[in-house]
Amino acid sequence: MQTRKKYIFLTFLASWLLIFFFGGDQLRRFAFFSGSKAEARRNWPRWTDRSLLKNFADPEELQRDGDPSLLSPRERRAAWLSVYKSSRCRMETCFDFSRCERNGFKVFTYPRERDQPISASYSKILTSIERSRYYTPKPEEACLFILSIDTLDRDHLSAQYIRDVDEKIRGFPLWNGGRNHLIFNLYSGTWPNYTGDLGFDIGQAILAKASFDTESFRPGFDVSIPLFSKDHPQHGGERGWLYQDSVPPKKKYLLVFKGKRYLTGIGSGTRNALHHIHNGKDIISLTTCKHGKDWQKHKDTRCDKDNVNYEKFDYQELLHNSTFCIVPRGRRLGSFRFLEALQAACIPVLLSDGWELPFAEAIDWSKAAVVGSERLLLQIPSAVRCIHPERVLALQQQTQFLWDAYFSSVDKIVHTTLEIIKDRLSPPRSRSRFLWNTLPGGLLVLPDFSTHPGDFPFYYLQHGSSPSKKFTAFIRVVSQAGSLSQPILRLIQAVSGSQYCAQILVLWSCEQPPPPSGKWPQTTVPLTIIQGRRKLSDRFFPYTAIQTDAVLSLDEHTSLSTSEVDFAFVVWRSFPERIVGFPALSHFWDPEQGRWGYTSKWTNELSIVLTAAAFYHRYPRGEGQLGRGIRPHPAPLPCPLPRYYHSLFTKYLPAGLRELVDGLAACEDILMNVLVAAVTKLPPIKVTQRKQHKDTVPQQVGCMDGGMGTPPSGECSPSPPRSPAAKVKGTAGAAGSRRFSQRQDCLNQLVDWFGYMPLVSSQLRLDPVLFKDQVSVLRKKYPRLEKP
Amino acid sequence: IMCASAKYNTRGPALIPRMKTKHRIYYITLFSIVLLGLIATGMFQFWPHSIESSSDWTVEKRSVHDVPVVKLPADSPIPERGDLSCRMHTCFDVYRCGFNPKNKIKVYIYSLKKYVDEFGAAVSNTISREYNELLTAISDSEFYTDDVNRACLFVPSIDVLNQNVLRIKETAQALAQLSRWDRGTNHLLFNMLPGGPPDYNTALDVPRDRALLAGGGFSTWTYRQGYDVSIPVYSPLSAEVDLPERGPGPRRYFILSSQMALHPEYQSELEALQAENGESVLILDKCTNLSDGVPAVRKRCYKNQVFDYPQVLQESTFCVVLRGARLGQAVLSDVLQAGCVPVIIADSYILPFSEVLDWKRASVVIPEEKMPEMYSILQSIPQRQIEEMQRQARWFWEAYFRSMKAIALATLQIINDRIYPYAAISYEEWNDPPAVKWSSVSNPLFLPLIPPQSQGFTAVVLTYDRVESLFRVITEVSKVPSLSKLLVVWNNQNKNPPEDSLWPKIRVPLKVVRTAENKLSNRFFPYDEIETEAVLAIDDDIIMLTSDELQFGYEVWREFPDRLVGYPGRLHLWDHEMNKWKYESEWTNEVSMVLTGAAFYHKYFNYLYTYKMPGDIKNWVDAHMNCEDIAMNFLVANVTGKSVIKVTPRKKFKCPECTAIDGLSLDQTHMVERSECINKFASVFGTMPLKVVEHRADPVLYKDDFPEKLKSFPNIGSL
Repeated sequence: MQTRKKYIFLTFLASWLLIFFFGGDQLRRFAFFSGSKAEARRNWPRWTDRSLLKNFADPEELQRDGDPSLLSPRERRAAWLSVYKSSRCRMETCFDFSRCERNGFKVFTYPRERDQPISASYSKILTSIERSRYYTPKPEEACLFILSIDTLDRDHLSAQYIRDVDEKIRGFPLWNGGRNHLIFNLYSGTWPNYTGDLGFDIGQAILAKASFDTESFRPGFDVSIPLFSKDHPQHGGERGWLYQDSVPPKKKYLLVFKGKRYLTGIGSGTRNALHHIHNGKDIISLTTCKHGKDWQKHKDTRCDKDNVNYEKFDYQELLHNSTFCIVPRGRRLGSFRFLEALQAACIPVLLSDGWELPFAEAIDWSKAAVVGSERLLLQIPSAVRCIHPERVLALQQQTQFLWDAYFSSVDKIVHTTLEIIKDRLSPPRSRSRFLWNTLPGGLLVLPDFSTHPGDFPFYYLQHGSSPSKKFTAFIRVVSQAGSLSQPILRLIQAVSGSQYCAQILVLWSCEQPPPPSGKWPQTTVPLTIIQGRRKLSDRFFPYTAIQTDAVLSLDEHTSLSTSEVDFAFVVWRSFPERIVGFPALSHFWDPEQGRWGYTSKWTNELSIVLTAAAFYHRYPRGEGQLGRGIRPHPAPLPCPLPRYYHSLFTKYLPAGLRELVDGLAACEDILMNVLVAAVTKLPPIKVTQRKQHKDTVPQQVGCMDGGMGTPPSGECSPSPPRSPAAKVKGTAGAAGSRRFSQRQDCLNQLVDWFGYMPLVSSQLRLDPVLFKDQVSVLRKKYPRLEKP
Repeated sequence: IMCASAKYNTRGPALIPRMKTKHRIYYITLFSIVLLGLIATGMFQFWPHSIESSSDWTVEKRSVHDVPVVKLPADSPIPERGDLSCRMHTCFDVYRCGFNPKNKIKVYIYSLKKYVDEFGAAVSNTISREYNELLTAISDSEFYTDDVNRACLFVPSIDVLNQNVLRIKETAQALAQLSRWDRGTNHLLFNMLPGGPPDYNTALDVPRDRALLAGGGFSTWTYRQGYDVSIPVYSPLSAEVDLPERGPGPRRYFILSSQMALHPEYQSELEALQAENGESVLILDKCTNLSDGVPAVRKRCYKNQVFDYPQVLQESTFCVVLRGARLGQAVLSDVLQAGCVPVIIADSYILPFSEVLDWKRASVVIPEEKMPEMYSILQSIPQRQIEEMQRQARWFWEAYFRSMKAIALATLQIINDRIYPYAAISYEEWNDPPAVKWSSVSNPLFLPLIPPQSQGFTAVVLTYDRVESLFRVITEVSKVPSLSKLLVVWNNQNKNPPEDSLWPKIRVPLKVVRTAENKLSNRFFPYDEIETEAVLAIDDDIIMLTSDELQFGYEVWREFPDRLVGYPGRLHLWDHEMNKWKYESEWTNEVSMVLTGAAFYHKYFNYLYTYKMPGDIKNWVDAHMNCEDIAMNFLVANVTGKSVIKVTPRKKFKCPECTAIDGLSLDQTHMVERSECINKFASVFGTMPLKVVEHRADPVLYKDDFPEKLKSFPNIGSL
């Protein structure tokens, strides 16, 4: 015990002395200790006459930076055209902007020639363009041209290499030196150097190429695209493999690589070194010498051992179970591995010096990948270990977002390329880097709508703004006979009674002119009447008169109370990016028919919320009298919807799809749901709904599709949850059943267009906090919602 | 290995050994000696006021004129012209930088010399005021090293900021004879005014071989992307004039042009704009009839009206920045300082720091050809966005333009980020003004994922000694289908948990964790035993929740994995009389918190609670043995910006034999304490992050007129 105390005492004494000696600058300053100061850091001197130093330039010279002897700006720009060509092309010198001004951004693809072989990938690219909303079949209105000659594989040893491209191109009257052309390429050059040479003169055409190197990349002009395989899906695309966020990332491996090791030639330097970092525990880096025909010839001493090790691990297994994946250069700079790692949420560690990363003009890769240096391979393990778990979590999520937004299908890759080029045409109307790199991504953000993040429903939180406190009620009137009916008057009263209502818009889509302003009810909020066309998708047209973010879409026959409107709107403010509404449907996969179905029956799940649709109100009156209780859908109730989705609906979807919707009855609200789900990846929100009274809304008694067997009493007969689509019998159900099957068709066609089923199911409904609780009605804020 | 990153502590909070009383006296003596020492040290610190300040102490005192003179022979070597194909991986020697835990490059500055030619004529001005400021800033920064052997980047003290005042060939020779020049590898030159008549090259004409160039006025043809750095042209007015930031709102003019000596062609286009749009466009030029002594650079005129420059820039919404003979213009800095949105009309210009700054948020770039459409283009920008651009413009000036120091450090940071990309500064840090950084929320769980149901959840029961009630909770919770593991946190150090055989037999693994200290924060420790993402925190007396209710809560959590999903809801209110926050547990129509006596949340929040809780909240909660749930609510709301989700109807969380949450809550002093917690936390967070909502989540068919047996969750809301 005594000795221990002594030691403690000594330690304290020592530390006291240490404090005294190294206690700070002030101490050392003391003359007594000044002997030790000689070693002080030598900084840049504080010159005694520093205040007398001259400025680097005369202030007036800085402000008058003109030289009248110079070329005039116009002459200079004209001179540029002849100087900055081919390898020095930029948009301002090699692209004809005037072509895009007349008809906007339109893309024309050369007609495919029969005898011209086209690879699967190039055919997908062409299809993607033809599916895009920018496609035009008329060359005279096009802004951008795409060849029908397959230029993807320009390795002249390859089977898909097309010969005499130069000659063919010169024969095209539209070629014009390549101006306003976009050329896609995946492979260029060949053994041994794999240069960027395409084997023909691209002239002034924009090059969208995989494995672009920064040196030959013409910044702001070319586009770097990812390398994708011929099996890459046309549209839709597989989702990423990250199903859950875990912190710390509980994966078996930290860093993996499994691939070829080049024994000679370009790219072998990096691949040959990869085995050095293998530790057999959390870092797996395996290479094989087996590739090509004559690998045995160049075989070195490691090969046999490596080849044995190589077989022990499965590439897919490694991909699934690692936090980081090395993506080294191959012969060319890019590799399939890049997209594979991205999809697998395995954070890419890039070892490909001088690679212009895919879509780097838009995408901030530092948020999703680790850009390593080939020269510093041995530092990679420790660098990667030092990345904080929180950042790993963010990187993983970002890989998934980028994969899903820009890479998972050929459509997305091609559309991203087009959008990047379109953004250059009008810089003030283009997406900022923030919009490209934040969910839901640049393709779903229309800069024509706004370039301000606060105007989009999904950026409120990151942007630090909040959704609007008021909404616009939007009522569409179709079947009025010149005068105003009772329901619409009641509706206007109910809506204008809401404290959140800012304005009421009436879209008058009847043949007769609207009643004079004196006939409309007096409201506290402004009421505007606009004349509309007679189209179903009119409902979602982005009218400029709408001034709030939220739009409450209503139908003339809608019956609702002020408290329903209030509650739904308050809920929407918590979920501004989703559809919030009352009646819900649920989709399901019908294995018997091999197609998607949906049901409006009472189920425990929901995935579609009706956006006030109930198409049948717009049908000629006769059809509504087919029979008692034939109401294929629950009561049409409204829902607040962000204004942006109206724009997205009208401008994002290609015209063909909108025509389809106009043709199929009541498809537009399914489309709206599918679209919003594709944007948010989340289900809609159902809020509680007041029970409907038979006498107040006589047409809305049923709640079954096709009205099959609906008792006249108006009670809803239950059906088991998740039952397949009801079979419709009887003449009374004929009209309803036609509509029902049309809507099914609609759903299936939409899934077909999107390439996957975007709808997401939810098991919950949002009720007021005290809904049906056993407390006094006086305490409740929304007692009217509970009234039977 | 050398990582500074947090290691996950798997063992839980450690116990501090207790001091034995009999040794206390020795420790006190020792302690007082140390204290005495400290006091003595302190006295030294306050004593020597007469001694020179520390900065002068380590720095030599000399005049610029005293620097050594170096004579350059006429035939000394000249470096090759700049290599346009240089990139970091080809021309930069990264091995000089090395791997270091701080991820900072080391920058060496050559000492100042005066270069003269054979005839003794100076090659250039020795050093300009701005370059001196720049070098001072670098030498004062973290990047600086005085050890040439450890340096990764070399900055010559040869001033090439303005090409017009130097002799190109001789300057190049001076560069070539620098001790570590080596073809310019890893050398960084700063230049703001490149080129000269007649062709005005857009990059410095001095041959510089592989040296990196931080240049003002690059065009897209001379800028080596990823190698060079585009910097602003510094405006000395920045230091001279103090323009206070102007709030958002309409300004007198819509478009203003303040540049002198514009090309007549631009001038006429601007005049055409003015003729078309009248008073909202103001075109200023040099004043012709200024009295003597008034600096021409501080005045601008329109006809006979005289305006103060740069103050007049604050009167306009947009300010035109046209190219002159060069692409980079000092007026850009003045415009940004005034919070005026620059309209940049200079085709092919690489904007300053464009590698990291998102100029679309602070400026409008209009192609020269489109000048006539400028007015309509600018008019189509929504007012809200203009206000943000104004704020952003001002922020760019403050952070990256205002001084040579700001310019130097931003340049070095950009190069640093290229060398240590995994430690690079993010887009948000570069671009978001402090106000946005403060108000915006970046949710760490931002990807919209609905975790697979199969994973299930881990129930974490915090208990002290209520074994009987605990066992009932375990039995009840074990009936929930998605339960995958049960973790009992035994918070009682004086008593051992019951023997294994006494515990209820359940179908999932049950683990007991013994803690070292009875602290509330033990409930939120990220135990390794928690293998699922979802955690159900449940008190040892919550026996009233049905299996359906718990299962439904889990399903709701899956739809909102980044939120707290809980059963009993609470509210915070502003008490107007007392002027502070108040806690409310009455039957309210609103909720802003859920109690963690029964709540689902993501395991990530355990990690945040334990390691990232702001201020002293964690210790405060442990000391007061209260409010850990409120702290969790604050934490989650603050980091996600989202509200809680209350599930299922209101219940009386009260059982006859125990003092449950509600039982306590009724207690008046308890309410006062809880209110205090809210006020304390709000002041630590600096804001009130809690969000008030009016909804709760129920199953889709809850209380609907529908057979119970067909509902997924029939047993909900029963008392």
